[in-house]
Amino acid sequence: MVARRVRSAGLIRLALYGIGLVPAVVSFVLGATNRLGADPVNTFERTLGLWALRFLILSLCITPLRDLAGVNLLRYRRAVGLLAFWYALFHLSAYVALDQGFDLHTLLADVTTRPFIILGMVAFTILSALAATSNGWAIRRLGRRWKVLHRWVYAAAICAAIHFILSFKVIRVETLLYGLIVAALLAFRVYRAVPHRVKTPPV
Amino acid sequence: MRVFRYPSPPPSSITPHALWLSRRDLLAAGAAAGLVGGSLPSRAARAVDLAAQPGPLSGEGLKPTPLRDVTHYNNFYEFGLEKTDPAERSGDFHPRPWTVRVEGMVAKPRTYDIDALLGRKLEERIYRMRCVEAWSMVIPWIGFALRDLLAEVEPLGSAKYVAFESVVRPSEMPGQGGVLPVLDWPYVEGLRLDEAMHPLTILAVGLYGQTLPNQNGAPVRLVVPWKYGFKGIKSIVRIRLTDRQPRTSWNVRAPDEYGFYANVNPAVDHPRWSQASERPIGAGGGFFGAGRQPTLPFNGYGEQVAGLYAGMDLRRDF
Repeated sequence: MVARRVRSAGLIRLALYGIGLVPAVVSFVLGATNRLGADPVNTFERTLGLWALRFLILSLCITPLRDLAGVNLLRYRRAVGLLAFWYALFHLSAYVALDQGFDLHTLLADVTTRPFIILGMVAFTILSALAATSNGWAIRRLGRRWKVLHRWVYAAAICAAIHFILSFKVIRVETLLYGLIVAALLAFRVYRAVPHRVKTPPV
Repeated sequence: MRVFRYPSPPPSSITPHALWLSRRDLLAAGAAAGLVGGSLPSRAARAVDLAAQPGPLSGEGLKPTPLRDVTHYNNFYEFGLEKTDPAERSGDFHPRPWTVRVEGMVAKPRTYDIDALLGRKLEERIYRMRCVEAWSMVIPWIGFALRDLLAEVEPLGSAKYVAFESVVRPSEMPGQGGVLPVLDWPYVEGLRLDEAMHPLTILAVGLYGQTLPNQNGAPVRLVVPWKYGFKGIKSIVRIRLTDRQPRTSWNVRAPDEYGFYANVNPAVDHPRWSQASERPIGAGGGFFGAGRQPTLPFNGYGEQVAGLYAGMDLRRDF
């Protein structure tokens, strides 16, 4: 009984990776075969970045979903978080390789002088650290520090959301909505972290 | 007086006229089959062929961006923020009847009817177009030099600048409504008088041999090829000569990102991205097609226009 449950969770995780990577694979194939519109590199880059943010937000939804709706998807959180990391990596690679063509001069200026790019890089650096420690060995090894380290995911989400807002010339409703979702998720966690005294009725 | 000479491309780089015609046959066939423009409202513009002098062309080794990309990858925020919005959401826009008022510090203010503008002696100009977002196109415009129009209204000696104003029609331009304020409408732009009088500066009424599609700024727009694309104000209703530097939409929106001059300059970056290079649109080949190409000072028109800015600090007056 338990074994079957474990096995099905493993299958669902595998399916999650499979389905989660569909947007990346589809847009890569479309882009490589010149079917991604007039500005394929830009479209590809933005698609990957958007999915990174989406998976990041999904991974943050899992705890509130358990606490508020009683749906426990905790066993899939690592997979969703890792998908966010992979998309961030693809997004960065597309920018470095396809968009800038490994132009080190421009890349260096970008990551050292432009807040817009720096925010994206900070988010990616955090996600890399989290991805590198998303395994049983690291959890055992880091002990209590693992939890502290993985709270940085909120910093990553905030940086990513602002990076997304700044990626357009004007502020768009869509980007603001993503920002608001991140803010709401963070507010929920802060609210939960603060100890609330339960009022006991006077006897 | 110095005669202005246009840089001429080698004949091999110009799209043969026959090829254009065949493209247009395709479009016409599509329209006949109800695929293109079949459901356009009656007052909406239908593409009309324009007789234009092959005239002085410009740029060297320029290959025009495919018509499909020129007309389906646009920034025209009056119709929406996506590049595809102008083509998809401009069907209700009526580019005629239309008049352009030319006024301000001029001896003879005039109101031009669009038919009068279309009836002028038109020229074709193949220009590079560099967007501030670091992409670029090559567009075969049809139009006339702005200087010829300005000469007719006789600018006064006190006039130093030319201010342009775009149309406001929220009922026909869905982007002028919306939840968040995008830009203040009407869209406004401006040039120094000597920039406006430069022979490269044109009012365009067509592209690729036909009248302007709605999404490209019908019925008449400004084209200043050495400046970023946002200087090319679309659907113009008013041109005013003035002694003060006019307000310009993007400069009002974000003064640290968009200057009044907005000359294409690879050495002055946008705060959020480099302007050193650009992605040519419609190059084909997908990811591994063209790649970036270096952006040229004044978008490659430095020989013709750099003199306008002699002695200016272009980092400050960007």
